[in-house]
Amino acid sequence: MTRETPLHHVHERLGAAFTDFAGYQMPVRYTSDLAEHHAVRQGAGLFDLSHMAEIEIDGAQVEAFLDSALSNKISALVDGQAKYSLLLLADGGVIDDLIVYRLGAQKFLIVANASNREAAVEALQARAQGFDVVVRDTSDDWALIALQGPGAAGILEASSLEFEKPLEELRYYRIMGGTFGSATILTARTGYTGEDGMEIFIESASAEALWSELMMVGGDSLTLCGLACRDTLRLEAGMPLYGHELSRDISPVQAGLKGVVDNTKDDFVGKDAALEAKSTRVLVGLVAEGKRAPRAGYAVLDSAGQVVGEVTSGALSPTLGYPIAMAYIEAEHREPGTQLAVDVRGASLPVEVHALPFYSRKKAS
Amino acid sequence: MSNVPDSLHYTTDHEWVLVEGDVATVGITQYAADALGDVVFVALPNLGDAIQKGAIVGEVESTKSVGEIFAPVAGEVVEANSAVVDTPDTVNSDPYGAGWLIKVRFAELPDLLDAAAYRALIGE
Repeated sequence: MTRETPLHHVHERLGAAFTDFAGYQMPVRYTSDLAEHHAVRQGAGLFDLSHMAEIEIDGAQVEAFLDSALSNKISALVDGQAKYSLLLLADGGVIDDLIVYRLGAQKFLIVANASNREAAVEALQARAQGFDVVVRDTSDDWALIALQGPGAAGILEASSLEFEKPLEELRYYRIMGGTFGSATILTARTGYTGEDGMEIFIESASAEALWSELMMVGGDSLTLCGLACRDTLRLEAGMPLYGHELSRDISPVQAGLKGVVDNTKDDFVGKDAALEAKSTRVLVGLVAEGKRAPRAGYAVLDSAGQVVGEVTSGALSPTLGYPIAMAYIEAEHREPGTQLAVDVRGASLPVEVHALPFYSRKKAS
Repeated sequence: MSNVPDSLHYTTDHEWVLVEGDVATVGITQYAADALGDVVFVALPNLGDAIQKGAIVGEVESTKSVGEIFAPVAGEVVEANSAVVDTPDTVNSDPYGAGWLIKVRFAELPDLLDAAAYRALIGE
């Protein structure tokens, strides 16, 4: 079944090129992957992320439930705070990576990957047995629009959106309520680009009006963006993508996500197993010279030509101008500066292990 | 709708061929360039290379994916467009002009698609 977001006909009218992503017809680009990428680094980009799954959880025992169902201490969140978290299997494998937002004393919103919507809902509902909580998949009720880049906040401030408090007081990984006309919105300072930016949740029926409002206010300083640049932006920022860097066969410790696992909690699904590697390979960054990029699936070789790993994501970095990649490699080669090679369609490309991320934005002083 | 000039021949690998005497100029179609996205790397065969029809003779790589260049005719590479190697985005901006890839001297021209057949292939 092919799904469309509430903004599909808007994208069509605006001339987007589409790709199938997790069963959704999504804009892959409007004009140019590179122009869209640079716009987010230097100005502002507008994304439709309505394919992402929203799961709402309410109830008197919501804190205890989420602490037992997820990898880190969700009960420690204050109202309006967000946290990156993992939904693990008992053996430590990753069902999905999530953002958890605390909306109230007994109310949380989880954003899961579109590709894992059913698996995440199913696991959470199964784990809710015995807790006084209700787990609801409300993905189809919500549209999600991201405004990302150094110019994003200025555009939102100039818009007709009403916020619970001034946008400048919304810190990174926080969420607040608001309204757009008669529609209720949630605005979070989160994203997947490595830049400052906001993600706005709005009822699906009002998505088109919000998209138009942001386009009008943003004018020439706002660029419509597709998923192609979202991928290169997150890769530069060293952020994992489920299905590439994360899977049921990889434990968080291998992915460099030990910090997302709180093993001091009494018990949770995946406790202890999450900190044990499922193989001898770990996630690293790779950089190369030239223009030819390592791609997902390509073999990583040591100096003797032995296969010591596999690339999971790679591209010619639009911001940096040289090829970057993430790869799982044998842990003995993990030190930054280690010289390895990638088999690029039969040609050996010299690469160097590099600490993640490849790119960090300059923090506002 | 992508541009499919009537004056060119086409292949099912989304390449165009301009025949002038015994030399075929080869490039990728606008449809192919659009599907790839921004082209950031082009690898071409060397001058004088003898190439077989259907062989992979080069690559056109975008930020998103890799496209292979298949030889639409057998023959000898008599020119390779070094300008697109230096500025690969020419493949996007002018696929049928400055974005050409190679010129091949051939002895025999295989069956190629005309513009109408290629438009049908890409559903336009």
